[in-house]
Amino acid sequence: MTQRSPEQINVILATDCGSTTTKAILIENRGGQYRQTFRGEAPTTVEAPLADVTIGVRNAVRELEELSGRRLLDAQGHLIRPAQGQEGCDIYVSTSSAGGGLQMMVAGVIREMTAASAQRAALGAGAIVMDVIATNDRRRPHEQIQRIRELRPDMILLSGGTDGGTVEHVVQLAEWIAPARPQPRFGVQYKLPIIYAGNRHAAPMVAKTLGEQFALAIVPNLRPTLEQENLGPAREKIHDLFLEHVMAHAPGYDKLLQWVDAPVMPTPAAVGNILQRIAQQEGLNVLGVDIGGATTDVFSVFDGQFHRTVSANLGMSYSISNVCAEAGLEQILRWIPLEMDTGELRNRIKNKMIRPTTIPQTLDDLIFEQAVAREALRLAYEQHRQFAVSLRGVQQQRTVGDLFAQKESGQTIIDPMRLDLLVGSGGVLSHAPRMHQTAAMMIDAFQPEGVTRLAKDSIFMMPHLGVLAEVHAQAALEVFRRDCLIYLGTCAAPRGQGKPGSLCFRYRLQRADGVESGEVLVGQWRWLPLGPGQAAPLRIEPARGWDAGAGSGRPLECIVHGGTVGLILDGRGRPLMLPADPAQARPLMHQWVEEAGLYREQG
Amino acid sequence: MTQAYTPGLKLARRIRHRVCRRLPMAGEVLVQVGQQVSAQQVVARTWLPGEVTLVNAAHRLGVEPAEVPGLMQVQVGQPVQAGQLLAQTRGLFGLFRSQLLAPTSGVIESISGVTGQVILRGPPQPIEQLAYLAGRVTEVLPAEGVWIEAEAALVQGIFGVGGEAYGPIRLACPGPDTPLTPDRLDESMRGAVVVGGGRVSTQALQRASQLGVSAIVTGGIDDQDLRQFLGYDLGVAITGSESLGLTLILTEGFGEIAMQQRCWQLLASHEGQLASVNGATQIRAGVIRPEVVIPLHDLAQTTQASSIKTDRVGDSTPSESPSGGTALPVGAGAGGPTLQVGSLVRIIRTPYFGLVGRVTDLPSMPQVLPSGVKTRVAEVQLPDGRRLIVPRANLEWIEES
Repeated sequence: MTQRSPEQINVILATDCGSTTTKAILIENRGGQYRQTFRGEAPTTVEAPLADVTIGVRNAVRELEELSGRRLLDAQGHLIRPAQGQEGCDIYVSTSSAGGGLQMMVAGVIREMTAASAQRAALGAGAIVMDVIATNDRRRPHEQIQRIRELRPDMILLSGGTDGGTVEHVVQLAEWIAPARPQPRFGVQYKLPIIYAGNRHAAPMVAKTLGEQFALAIVPNLRPTLEQENLGPAREKIHDLFLEHVMAHAPGYDKLLQWVDAPVMPTPAAVGNILQRIAQQEGLNVLGVDIGGATTDVFSVFDGQFHRTVSANLGMSYSISNVCAEAGLEQILRWIPLEMDTGELRNRIKNKMIRPTTIPQTLDDLIFEQAVAREALRLAYEQHRQFAVSLRGVQQQRTVGDLFAQKESGQTIIDPMRLDLLVGSGGVLSHAPRMHQTAAMMIDAFQPEGVTRLAKDSIFMMPHLGVLAEVHAQAALEVFRRDCLIYLGTCAAPRGQGKPGSLCFRYRLQRADGVESGEVLVGQWRWLPLGPGQAAPLRIEPARGWDAGAGSGRPLECIVHGGTVGLILDGRGRPLMLPADPAQARPLMHQWVEEAGLYREQG
Repeated sequence: MTQAYTPGLKLARRIRHRVCRRLPMAGEVLVQVGQQVSAQQVVARTWLPGEVTLVNAAHRLGVEPAEVPGLMQVQVGQPVQAGQLLAQTRGLFGLFRSQLLAPTSGVIESISGVTGQVILRGPPQPIEQLAYLAGRVTEVLPAEGVWIEAEAALVQGIFGVGGEAYGPIRLACPGPDTPLTPDRLDESMRGAVVVGGGRVSTQALQRASQLGVSAIVTGGIDDQDLRQFLGYDLGVAITGSESLGLTLILTEGFGEIAMQQRCWQLLASHEGQLASVNGATQIRAGVIRPEVVIPLHDLAQTTQASSIKTDRVGDSTPSESPSGGTALPVGAGAGGPTLQVGSLVRIIRTPYFGLVGRVTDLPSMPQVLPSGVKTRVAEVQLPDGRRLIVPRANLEWIEES
């Protein structure tokens, strides 16, 4: 790794080695501003017959060379550094989720407490959590041991007990893991890494129980007290072991690790990193989603607290059948304004599952796919809400006033009314033929309340920027603001329910060229143009029983930002209630599709 | 991305097929390099550590965990029989002793003075790796497994359920578009790999199961029929571990769809010959497709034949195949196939799902589809003369030999 000061860095090459595609971007300092300038991609090459990740990286970089006219690789295929004129780059950084990403098993004493903290640490570090073992998870010990035997994780995170708390139960977990002898995914001879981040008083006994057969690393307790989570040391150790063990055993990564100027990060960890930085700098509550073919990742930063969940089997191709199985086909059909043959749809879903790279050719096929996306996003969001909770087990001091507004520990911290920015990415959102469709899918699935800005990650460069932020935060944040997000607009949606056709709210939008005002009725939404870069004062006067963010029935005044879609005034109610029967929902969907003009240019 | 279409499944009349048969953990390899093996011969074996039984000794004896080690009548590493005394308390003046008996036979693995638990390990269970491919052992991976090679005909399916199975090939349908119905199955098909044609019904699968058919290979199935057969709705295409007593391989997909003519002809030409099949499918990175492998004869006898076929085998590194083995790519060359004007293709998405035709044009500029999606397309002419515009991503290349 070369050490260069930020002032010396003008040309940055960043790659994200995904499980199917390696994406390369070029960032250049132009006139004192960092901008993302070119992008190239190539198939990832960790699988046989090529089995060397750097081949895919080189191919993606070659595409960048062709597009940009900048020579980045020399005759031997090595990166040219530093940049001089139209040649080379100053630094190279990369993330990776190839080869199935980082797969972990976590264990803790109580599922809702230390095990949940361990899960948060693993997810936050970018891992896929294969299973959570806890002494109270309702499985009998032999079932848990059997499960541990079957899993082939890359590493295990063992936690449990606050410092000074239970020793017995923590040692018991170690006693389950030791005889189960889980085998690592890579290499017969390789010792499985276990990170112990539990009660520090139990550490010597855990070490003795696990013995020599594991590569044990002991870090400070991730839940030293019930009131406190300390996930940093465990996360850092996960990253270290990811590089030392997992990456070192993946094909070609030894070379990649020599190329990079900053440690390779797991892709989701990098996304979390950039979102946290942005939320912190701008004081926002942010929700991000990346819907892929196999999985859907949801990230949130609320009041500075970061959470990430991976819905392992909710996706738009490999996992599309599972979305239908979990949500139910009837639930999906409610989002469709047309009548469709369910038997044929079921076969269509399975055919997409087994041939995941196909794309919708007809309009009804697209409408169906976007209906599935709404349910995949809704389910992933629901899982995220259940996971992103305040610490369970915390004793709360209450005053007399609190008796009337008691909040239990363990409640979700995701408040759709306080959400400032909703960011979507992933094929079905990024590549929708019209951005109106992207906005509609996000609104229907996440149901933001009050006033929320909507954006999509233009080419999914958050991973690149997340790892870049570690070496050049200024460049990463500048590119994030200028090039990463495409703002779709703003959604204003009061919370409440009412009789369809009655008044939901009045609005007054102060545009540069005049005032636009009107009424939005219950069961209706209005899509008003408000272009990218435009901002306008908006006043909302909700009807009685409706809350736009200032309290029930109280007017709200704010500045709304435009985008490629504009301003969406949503009077359909929160939560959004659709008839259970698709036949009854159909006319309603038809009305909403027409009001939004979702498929107007295609139909 | 230069390849915006799906390369086809492998369909080879004769290739040099290699499979790697690895144990999940270190063990013993039972064969040697150069040895001929049959498909169901055990080539490697290991012992999985026995089941673990936890005994909460402290609780059962009514003592503190720390007291347990001192009360044990047996030591770590000692074998015990079910019902044998493991520990007992001292009691009051030698009376009222609590006893702890072994709930099962095994070896004492650990005695914990922290949790008061005793762990009993049961007898080890053997894990045997069969050869799967009848052929010659070409390499031994010490303590891990072997590589086996043979000349074989190979058919890859698009999707399957159920694991490895063996049997002679039997045709149940007169042609590739005939649905596989229960009346086409009979007692003589017990233990056979039955080749159907078009869609298979639940009733036919149930009848095949009752008859003891080893595997069914056919064109398609309705999602609803698969659900009934499995007993649940399949969420992700990661299969192979189902215990159905019958392996099912689909060559085309879901719905009313005939088996591709060339595939059916190849299977039909091997009627009566022994085949190894595997329904295991993994549609993720590192894709695994189900397969039918029909060993032709052993390599020693066909050295000349295989050397003649070298140009079809290609020189790329072997890739993993469904059996955990390796199939050398055929015909495609190291760079993979390229879609060209004249290529035979199958359309793999609605509204033309299943139709086969030839590419007549490959416009270089992306086009906007009726869905609004802008993408690169191909013009495909069907046998009836119709010309269709189809996204390249919705085409599957059919290899012609």
